[in-house]
Amino acid sequence: MFSNFLKELKNAPFAAQLGVFIIIVYLIAAIFAPLIAPYAETEIIGDVWEEMSSKSWLGTDQIGRDLFTRLIYGARNTISIAFVTTILSFFIGICGGFMAAVIGGWIDQGMSRFVDIMMSIPILIFALMILSVLGTSTPVLIGVIAVLDSTRVYRLSRAVAMDVVVMDFVEAAKLRGENTWYLMSREVLPNTLAPLVAEFGLRFCFVFLFISSLSFLGLGIQPPTADWGSMVRENSGAITFGILTPLVPAAAIAILTIGVNLVVDWFLHKTAGIKDS
Amino acid sequence: MIDLTPKSERLLTMKGLCIQGRTGETWIDIVKGVDVHLNRGEVLGLIGESGAGKSTIGLAAMGFARPGCRIVGGELDFDGINLRTASPRQLQKLHGKRIAYVAQSAAASFNPAFRLINQFAESPVQHGVSSYDQAVEDGKQLFQTLNLPDPENFGFRYPHQVSGGQLQRAMTAMAMSCKPDLIIFDEPTTALDVTTQIEVLAAIKHIVKRFNTAAIYVTHDLAVVSQMADRIMVLRHGELVEENTTREMIEAPQKEYTRDLLSTRTYRKAPISLEESEKPILEVKNLNAFYSDFHVLKDINLRVLPATTMAVVGESGSGKSTLARCITGLLPPKTGTIEFEGDTLPSSYKNRDKEQLRRIQMIYQMPDTALNPRQRISEIIGRPLTFYLGLTGAERDKRIAELLELIELPTDFANRIPSELSGGQKQRICIARALAANPDLIICDEVTSALDELVSEEILKLLQRLQDELKVSYLFITHDLATVKAISDEIIVMLQGEIVEQGRRDTVLTPPFHEYTDLLLSSVPEMDPDWLDNLLEKRQQTSER
Repeated sequence: MFSNFLKELKNAPFAAQLGVFIIIVYLIAAIFAPLIAPYAETEIIGDVWEEMSSKSWLGTDQIGRDLFTRLIYGARNTISIAFVTTILSFFIGICGGFMAAVIGGWIDQGMSRFVDIMMSIPILIFALMILSVLGTSTPVLIGVIAVLDSTRVYRLSRAVAMDVVVMDFVEAAKLRGENTWYLMSREVLPNTLAPLVAEFGLRFCFVFLFISSLSFLGLGIQPPTADWGSMVRENSGAITFGILTPLVPAAAIAILTIGVNLVVDWFLHKTAGIKDS
Repeated sequence: MIDLTPKSERLLTMKGLCIQGRTGETWIDIVKGVDVHLNRGEVLGLIGESGAGKSTIGLAAMGFARPGCRIVGGELDFDGINLRTASPRQLQKLHGKRIAYVAQSAAASFNPAFRLINQFAESPVQHGVSSYDQAVEDGKQLFQTLNLPDPENFGFRYPHQVSGGQLQRAMTAMAMSCKPDLIIFDEPTTALDVTTQIEVLAAIKHIVKRFNTAAIYVTHDLAVVSQMADRIMVLRHGELVEENTTREMIEAPQKEYTRDLLSTRTYRKAPISLEESEKPILEVKNLNAFYSDFHVLKDINLRVLPATTMAVVGESGSGKSTLARCITGLLPPKTGTIEFEGDTLPSSYKNRDKEQLRRIQMIYQMPDTALNPRQRISEIIGRPLTFYLGLTGAERDKRIAELLELIELPTDFANRIPSELSGGQKQRICIARALAANPDLIICDEVTSALDELVSEEILKLLQRLQDELKVSYLFITHDLATVKAISDEIIVMLQGEIVEQGRRDTVLTPPFHEYTDLLLSSVPEMDPDWLDNLLEKRQQTSER
């Protein structure tokens, strides 16, 4: 399985290899953060907004913590929260979408219209409203973003499942007397996996950016926990003094987003059978 | 062979044509050095099973290879123009103007957003052959020649407003719009009913003769091609099997394979004695079904006896597949009952219990969509075993192997996935899946119509053998009368949701015929080059009388 993947990767275009490389570097940083980071997450090591030096490679932040250390710990928090959120949102969205497609009729109508209503409210404002009521603990954050994001997943999974449920093999399974869960998990899911996995990559990026923007507004991950979005916000004042510190976490966000998208593009090309000429 | 044709008479010469197709990263030869030549006004039939390369050769005559294919060798000469070295611009000038193409599915080839006449006029205006107004006038005349209804206004309809047969004729008219030298017909009647097919065949034959157009007619149906072509080439696996004039080919085929093709549709089930007094396995009484307000099935009554085959025949739209949906419970009927061994079945499949569901199984028309492409064969056949009979582990594996043997496939097929199988093999897997439930009745919905003739004959023989061994009944839905003749004990003929005739095979298929049955029977092409002309003449006389 793994050797297959390596073989595939060897033949992949350079962009995809680059994407995989970026993701691996980020994952290593996230998993081994305490081992790699030169200082502790909240340790103050120097002055405010110090220049890059051998002591702190990327300089220090607004209260004198090492920016490189914060970046590594930030990877850990931001990526893991985004990952859990995306998985949860896909679970909710796929279950709902497949159920709507397989059962159809009033259940489909009811669920789809409900999702329409949800989607008609701007997601950021919706999230701000709920978070200000429920508070900003990490589980609440994950739950709220997952539910809001699952509406998009619902739309996609319902659409792709619709193409599959009209096939004769699904009819055959229905006539055999199979229950809805079997139809969803054994007949529909394997045949819709490709677009859903591709969408997973994209939604992961969106969730990630969404958390960052929530943090930037002060409703995301709370200090002193490091995460990239709040690092941009907290250091944003530095820009007025011509100091580039806030651009470093912003670049971290941008690079991961690009990396994930490169891999998703590659996957889409492979499953769609489009060959690069 | 010495070529004595004068140079100006020769229109198309393809010598040593080699075409490759890509599967994954490798290129495979799909046409292996075939010589084709065609004179002006001549109709050449290309015939063979799917994968024989006949469509590919047809397209090569336009200097074109499908995406994923490439022409790698041979000469391609069309009236002095080398098609292999011609620039895309030169080809563009030829296509539509001097070489035209008629595709298999007219419904998929027309743009649904434009009126027929505008699509007709596009090519002559584009090529500068005539003005738009002139093209419209030409169109009306061609529609008339092709016997289309109301030729003055026919062109102002949209593609969805005309029937399939009319659309196919409109497409032929479109191909004729620039009076080309060569038309390539790629299975133009395969998707049509037999009675519609006649109209299209007659129209094509007439118009090709009238304008002295050369044509390449690609089909898998030898009986059809023998009506159309002056000369036939039989192809197999990208190679020429035999080439001869139509009459000689039909009367004295030289090769074994051609003889096989000619002798298809001769299989007959031995007649069995039917005991009317016997308790029927399935009885449908006064069934009426609707699609919202549309009355699709009107007062259907039928009974299927144990271990017999009931064939339901009709053209598309006759309601025969709807009947299957009612019996399986997918479409609950409005009135009427369905009794299985004397017990009334709930009208919706959702209310039937496992045992009731197990005893009626279904085999579908398209084996490609009837098998989950992501499941292994062992899972596809094994699921009903586990679901209905509770078999697991080694017991289940043993039964899967038995079933595979029963359908004459190697037992190691269990580990394959459907895409690794051919069409005929997939249909066998569908049969095995149905058999896994130990059913008493199998509904076969057009099970052979997506298959090549030699393959479908094998499937019919297999089904018959299984009936003899397992005493299962079949409800056999089909539009193909050859299939009906081969396999049925009793026949129901349906037209517009009603049963027009019903009875034993020999009663229905021997004169005197019911009017509609006669129309159906006489519309099935025969292996006789004069069949179409004779039939049209006969029908002309009857209508004049």
